[in-house]
Amino acid sequence: MSLDTVTNAQNNPDASQPWAELGLKEDEYARIKNILGRRPTSSELAMYSVMWSEHCSYKSSKVHLKQFGEKAPKSDALLVGIGENAGVVDIGQNYAVTFKIESHNHPSFVEPYQGAATGVGGIVRDILTMGARPIAVMDPLRFGLADAEDTRRVLPGIIAGVGGYGNCLGLPNIGGEVVFDETYAGNPLVNALCVGVMKHEDIKLAKAHGAGNLVVLFGAKTGGDGIGGVSVLASETFNAAKPTKRPSVQVGDPFAEKVLIECCLEIFHADLVVGIQDLGGAGLSCATSELASAGSGGMEIELEKVPLRDPSLSPEEILMSESQERMCAIVEPKHIKQFMAICKKWDVTATVIGEVTEGERLHISFNGELIVDVPPRTVAHDGPVYNRPIAKPAYVEERAKAVINIPMPTSAEDVKAAILKLIASPNIADKSWVTSQYDKYVQGNSVLAQPEDSGMIRIDEKTNLGVAISTDANARWSYLDPYEGAKLALAESMRNIATTGAKPLAVTNCLNFGSPEDPGVMWQFAETVRGLADACLELGLPVTGGNVSFYNQTGSVAILPTPVIGVLGVIQDVRKRTPMGINKSGSDLWLIGDVDSNMSGSEWAYLHGEIGNLSPKSDLAKEARLVDLLLEGQEIFEAAHDVSNGGLAATLIETVLKNKIGASVTLSDVAVALFSETPGRVLVAIDPNHTNEMVALAGKYQIAVNKIGTTGGDELVINDTKLSITELSKAHTETFPKLFG
Amino acid sequence: MSFRIGVVTFPGSLDDRDAARAVEMAGATAVPLFHASDDLKEVEAVVLPGGFSYGDYLRCGAIARFAPIMNSIVTAAEHGFPVLGICNGFQVLCESHLLPGALTRNQGLHFLCRDQKLKIENTETMWTNGFTQGQEIVIPLKNGEGSFQCDDETLEMLESEGRVIARYVDFDPNGSRNLIAGISNERGNVVGLMPHPEHAIESLTGPSEDGLIFFKSILHQMVGR
Repeated sequence: MSLDTVTNAQNNPDASQPWAELGLKEDEYARIKNILGRRPTSSELAMYSVMWSEHCSYKSSKVHLKQFGEKAPKSDALLVGIGENAGVVDIGQNYAVTFKIESHNHPSFVEPYQGAATGVGGIVRDILTMGARPIAVMDPLRFGLADAEDTRRVLPGIIAGVGGYGNCLGLPNIGGEVVFDETYAGNPLVNALCVGVMKHEDIKLAKAHGAGNLVVLFGAKTGGDGIGGVSVLASETFNAAKPTKRPSVQVGDPFAEKVLIECCLEIFHADLVVGIQDLGGAGLSCATSELASAGSGGMEIELEKVPLRDPSLSPEEILMSESQERMCAIVEPKHIKQFMAICKKWDVTATVIGEVTEGERLHISFNGELIVDVPPRTVAHDGPVYNRPIAKPAYVEERAKAVINIPMPTSAEDVKAAILKLIASPNIADKSWVTSQYDKYVQGNSVLAQPEDSGMIRIDEKTNLGVAISTDANARWSYLDPYEGAKLALAESMRNIATTGAKPLAVTNCLNFGSPEDPGVMWQFAETVRGLADACLELGLPVTGGNVSFYNQTGSVAILPTPVIGVLGVIQDVRKRTPMGINKSGSDLWLIGDVDSNMSGSEWAYLHGEIGNLSPKSDLAKEARLVDLLLEGQEIFEAAHDVSNGGLAATLIETVLKNKIGASVTLSDVAVALFSETPGRVLVAIDPNHTNEMVALAGKYQIAVNKIGTTGGDELVINDTKLSITELSKAHTETFPKLFG
Repeated sequence: MSFRIGVVTFPGSLDDRDAARAVEMAGATAVPLFHASDDLKEVEAVVLPGGFSYGDYLRCGAIARFAPIMNSIVTAAEHGFPVLGICNGFQVLCESHLLPGALTRNQGLHFLCRDQKLKIENTETMWTNGFTQGQEIVIPLKNGEGSFQCDDETLEMLESEGRVIARYVDFDPNGSRNLIAGISNERGNVVGLMPHPEHAIESLTGPSEDGLIFFKSILHQMVGR
C-alpha cells in the first residue's frame, strides 16, 4: 500500500476518500479541506474522523454542556475544572482529589468482559494522568430484564470484567448500581468511576510546552485492537438492517496497567514530566493533538518509532489504534535519562517518538515522509458543533394525563406478600452476588463500601480525613420529566453522601442517552443538562467534568434517559461515619422527611408494569437543609439510611438485614408509607436519650421528623405484619444466585 | 533496634502496603524488598503479600518463584527463616515448594471477596502462637484461585502432623480439601494463608482486628514481645 503523504495529497487533490465510511458528514469533510487548503491525507482523515466523532468531540452535546460553566456556582474547592482529563477538588490538608465517570457501553455489549475491563482501565488512566494515585472505583451498571437471555450473556461477563481488571489493579470497588429495565436490552450501560488523591503540588496537566521537549510514548506496545473502536462503535446505533461497523473491541491487560500506575507515580514523584496524557479513545491521534493543542501548538512525531505489537499496521492504523495501557508524556531532555531508568525498573517500554516544536503545526512523519501537517487545535478542540433539533416527545403529555392504577396492599397478609415480592425483585434484591466479585478491601482504607449509602475512603491515616462518593440515577423519573429527574438524581447522590456523615463538595456525571439525531432524545438531553446545571447552581456544587454517551438505542427504541450523577464529599474524621445498619437493640427509629402518595417511577409501580404519570418535584432548598441536618446530627445517629428505590420498605429491610437486628415500626397508610419513593427522606436510629436533640434539629431545619419505631428482636414488625429476619434474608438474597448461578 | 520484617513487592503485588501497615501496627519495622534484588536487607522475617505477581500469567505464583528475591527467601526459609505468604504469597510458596499442594480456581469459578470465619487449628507455628487452639476469627478472603488441592498422601501428612493451621468454618468459599485455609511447613516457620490477616487489623477498615495476631505472633516468637 502506498503512503498517502502531504505531497501526494497536494498532487492528487481529487482522489476519492472514504470519509463517509469513517463516519464524517459531507460538510465535515468539506470543512477539513477548507482548514487544510487541500484534501486531507489518509492519516489526517483518520485523525479528524476519530476526533470529530460524537464520542471525542461532544459535537451534539457541547452547546448544552456549556451551561455547567455558565451556571457554575462560586466554589473555592475547584482546583482544576472541566476540560482536563478529570476535575480536581481541594479537600483540605493540602490534599486534592480527582474523580470522574466514563461510559463504556457499546464495547461492553459487543464483548462484555473486555468492554467492561477496558472501561475500568480507561477511567483509571484518566485519574492517573492528573498526577493522582487511584484509590477506588465504582461501577453503575444497567441491563435489560434480569431474566432475559441476553442479560445472562452480558451481565456475568461485565461483572467479571469490572472485577477482573479492578481487582488486578489493586483498587477497591466501593459502590455502584445494578439496575434492570427492558430498554437497556441490547444497550447495557457500563459506567465506571474512579477517584484518585494527590497533594496540591502534584497536579499534572495535559499540555505540551517548551520547544525541544521530548514526546515519550510509554506503556504497552501498539496493536491492532480497537482500531476506530471508540469513535465508530460509540457513534453508530446498532441496526440490524445496515452493514455493521464494529471493529474489534480493545483487549485489556490489567497487569500492564498496574505496573504503569506504579511507574507513573514514581515518575511524578521525581517531577519528571511537563505534561501528560493517557491514550484512550482515538489513541495517538487524540494524545498528540490534545497535548499540542493545549500547549503551544507545535509538535513533530516520527510515527515509525512507535513500538508495535503488529508490525503490519499502517500509519493510519497506528494513529487510530486504541491499544490499552499506554501514556504519552512531555519530558525535558535533561530528565529523559531518569525517566527512562524508572520505566526500565518497572519493565515498561518507553520510546521518544518526537518533540515539541516552535510552530503551531502538528507534523507527523513516517519513515521521513510527512503524512500529517495540521493545526492541532482544529483536530482536538475545534471540532464541529451541532445545534440538533429538539422536540418534546408526545409521550410526556400523554403520561402526564395518564390515570394509573397500582394495587396497594392493606391487610397484614397482603403487606407481607408485597414486601417479600419487592425485596426479591431484581432491582431491590441483595447485590452480593455482584459485589463479592469485587475486592473492596485492598489498600486498607475502605471505611464504607456497598451496600452502604456511599463508599468512603480514608485519605490520611493520621488525621483520618476521608472522602465519600456516591452515584445515583432514577431513569424512570428522568423519562417522565428529565429536568426534574436530573435534579432528583443530584439530590439523591448528595443525600447519600450526607447520610454517611460527609459534606458534599463536587459533582461529576455520565449522561447516557439514545440517538441525538432523534429530536425527542435531544429534548431529554437538553432538559437533563438544564436541570443538572440549575441544581448545581442552587446547591453550590460545581460540576468537575463528565461524559456523554449517545446512541444507546436499538432501532427506534432509546434507553430511558439515564443521567448518572456522582457526588464527592469530604469527612474530617472517618471514624465518625454513620453506617446504614441497625447496630443495637433499644434504639428509636426516626423517619426524617414527609411521604406523599405519588407512586410514579417507583419500583412498586414498575413491578405492576406501570411507570406512572408525573415525576415527583424536587425541593432543593429542603434537600440542602436536610444535608445540614444530617451533618449536624451525625453525632447522635447510630445508623442512617436513605429512602430511595423501593421506598421505606427497602430501606427498613436493608437496615435490619445488615447486622441481622430486627425492628418494630408503626406506620399509617401503610402501603404508601412503605412503597412510595418520595425524595428527601432518611431513616435514622438514635438512642432514646437523644429525642430532644432530634426534635430540635427538625425545628431548626424545618423538616418533619417522625418516630416510627424501635430496634431489636429477630423480626421486622410493621403494624400487624411480622417478617422474620430469616425469611427476609432468604427473599432478599436468593434472587441473584438463582438468576446468574 | 526494632524487629525488621521485609515485605516483598513483585510487579503486580497489591497488598504490599497493607502488609507493611500491619507489620508496623504490630510493632515491627516494615522493610520494602523488591523482587529484582536478592538482598534481604537484614530482615528477620518476610511477608509475601497478596496480589497478582507478574499478572499471575502462566499460573498464579509460577513466575514469581523465579524472582531473585525468592532465591534468597527459599534458601533462608530452609534454615528456619520465618515466612508468611498471604493469598498470592501462599501461591508463590507452593510454587516454590516451600509448602506442598497447589491453589486452584475457586469451585464457584468466580473471584470471591467476603468476610470469612476461620478456625485456628495450630498455635505452634511462628505466625500463629498468639492464638488459642480452636479460636474462631473473621478476616477477609478475596481471591479467584484459592481452592487448596493436594494428593491424598499429602493431605494425610498435613493432617497427621498438625500442619493445617486454619480451616474455613460455616461456609465453604472455594472447595479446598478439608476446608483448608492455611498450612505450614514441617518446622512451622513457613506459613501460607489464603485469607488476608492484613485487612483485619483495625475495625474501621476491616471486619475485625483478629488479623493483627498473626503479625504479633512472629514478634512474640522472635523477641518475646
